[in-house]
Amino acid sequence: MKKITVISGKGGTGKTTVVANLAYLAKDLVLADCDVDAPNLHLLLEPKVNKSEIFKSHKIALKDNDKCINCGTCYDVCRFNAVEPISYNIDGYKCEGCGVCVAMCPEDALSLKLLETGNIYQSTTEFGPMIHAHLNVGADNSGKLISEVREKAVEIGNKQDKELILIDGSPGIGCPVISSITGVDLVLFVTEPSKSGFSDLKRVAKVIKHFNIPALAVINKYDINEGISEEIEKYLIEEKIELVGKISFSSDVVDSLRNAKLIVQDDQENRISKELANIWHGIQNRINYN
Amino acid sequence: MKLTVLSGKGGTGKTTVSVNMALSLSKIQLLDADVEEPNCKYFIGTDFDKEEKIYRKVPKVDQEKCTACRKCVDFCEYNALAMMIDEVLVFPEICHSCGGCKRICPVNAINEVDRELGNLKHGVNKYGIDFWQGELNIGEESSVPVIEELKEKTNPNKNVIIDAQPGTTCPTIEAAADSDYCILVTEPTPFGLSDLKLASELMDELKIPHGVIINRAEEDSDYIIEDFCEERNINILLKIPFIRDFAHLYSNGIPFVIDYPTWKDEFKKVFKEIRGVLDEKDNGN
Repeated sequence: MKKITVISGKGGTGKTTVVANLAYLAKDLVLADCDVDAPNLHLLLEPKVNKSEIFKSHKIALKDNDKCINCGTCYDVCRFNAVEPISYNIDGYKCEGCGVCVAMCPEDALSLKLLETGNIYQSTTEFGPMIHAHLNVGADNSGKLISEVREKAVEIGNKQDKELILIDGSPGIGCPVISSITGVDLVLFVTEPSKSGFSDLKRVAKVIKHFNIPALAVINKYDINEGISEEIEKYLIEEKIELVGKISFSSDVVDSLRNAKLIVQDDQENRISKELANIWHGIQNRINYN
Repeated sequence: MKLTVLSGKGGTGKTTVSVNMALSLSKIQLLDADVEEPNCKYFIGTDFDKEEKIYRKVPKVDQEKCTACRKCVDFCEYNALAMMIDEVLVFPEICHSCGGCKRICPVNAINEVDRELGNLKHGVNKYGIDFWQGELNIGEESSVPVIEELKEKTNPNKNVIIDAQPGTTCPTIEAAADSDYCILVTEPTPFGLSDLKLASELMDELKIPHGVIINRAEEDSDYIIEDFCEERNINILLKIPFIRDFAHLYSNGIPFVIDYPTWKDEFKKVFKEIRGVLDEKDNGN
């Protein structure tokens, strides 16, 4: 079983659209939406939720006002500015649940409380099982939720003897991205030819290199700026990242999206559909080769 | 006035709005708080004249003093410390720098050392925009301390525009937390709507006045966003139409108000409208 995570560095380059269309082409796979901060894959694949579980991983300090003597120790020891001055109330958004105030409080007035981070869903789509999640607004620790989504997908993939797990990653280069690529066999970059898209690609590619994961790339909307597309192609060659295909800019993609449809399913003769089919062949070749 | 530009979803046009707005107004300070992928610099066109490194503290264990009592390992909520036979191993990448292990160690075997987390850079562009950006080092996980340091640079005598990281978690909250107003940027697609809902939920939670800018607006699709905004009573401040030339300019790092200067008036109007909303709120209090 191969695990592939689709990432981009920059948001809005078309990760989710590519993942959903590849799911149609792959026909039988496990899907995971690790972009728990702004999950969108479910909008295209309309999964039927079979099981929903509450996920708790996020701790914050809780104060017992009856025990508190307003000594200010918690304020002095907190490195996250999560204790307000004077009132010594805990700011739940800033608290990282480290437990230092709990350990140092002379009156035992503080404790760590485990909070709900979000929900994890086990669902079914037309193309196989899908694991996705909802992160509570303002919740910390999305990294752990992402790891849980990824691990659940692997577990189901193993149990059902699937050949492929396709993971929709999150934008950026920080904790959520690192959680969504841990232990995968391949990374697929979906980039776009803009100065910022290219810069973000280079940053996230360094992260992937750091973890030593082989990578493939797709340039989406490549004809928006062919000059930058060429620069990206040169960069990919230098970095030994295989370009598996380019996708033209077309309003048909957005139109399909607005109708919650997959372009490869809706209009197989469309230029974009053909480009996506070629990309899928490229990925298959690479999977078989590895 | 402090304005934060944010979105639930990435790639909707936060940077486009931040930069074009900054170029349309006077006495502006622009802070790029999208520290994982800071991109305003490509549009602002400035040479940096100042750089400050940002460090955080991570533990270093003095193996001579360490008695392998495990207290630090058990204490660490992030599993950044582990026991290997009778030696404590540190995983600095996942350490949150809380300092707890140092405090808890009964034999003072833990010291803290600086680890570079990122940097802040400053420049003033040819239009006089006072620009600061934060940047997270590659391989580091935690953006928040970089954003905190960046916000220390806020100039209270200027109109401050903050370009935030997408999403609804800590980095976005850190950027937006004490803003007077937030602009939520979205696009008329089901993805844009879904992520706008999350962003507006966050605004309600943080109790920050906010309005929406629809980017890549198209007449026959805008209802996707407009219906939601009407239902929630959220003001639509501006629509930036879907024009291929705007996309092309963006790809080359050119803010569209440079080529289409009449758009500056649109951003000025938006600014005036926000100011009006805030004045009304102040008078009401």
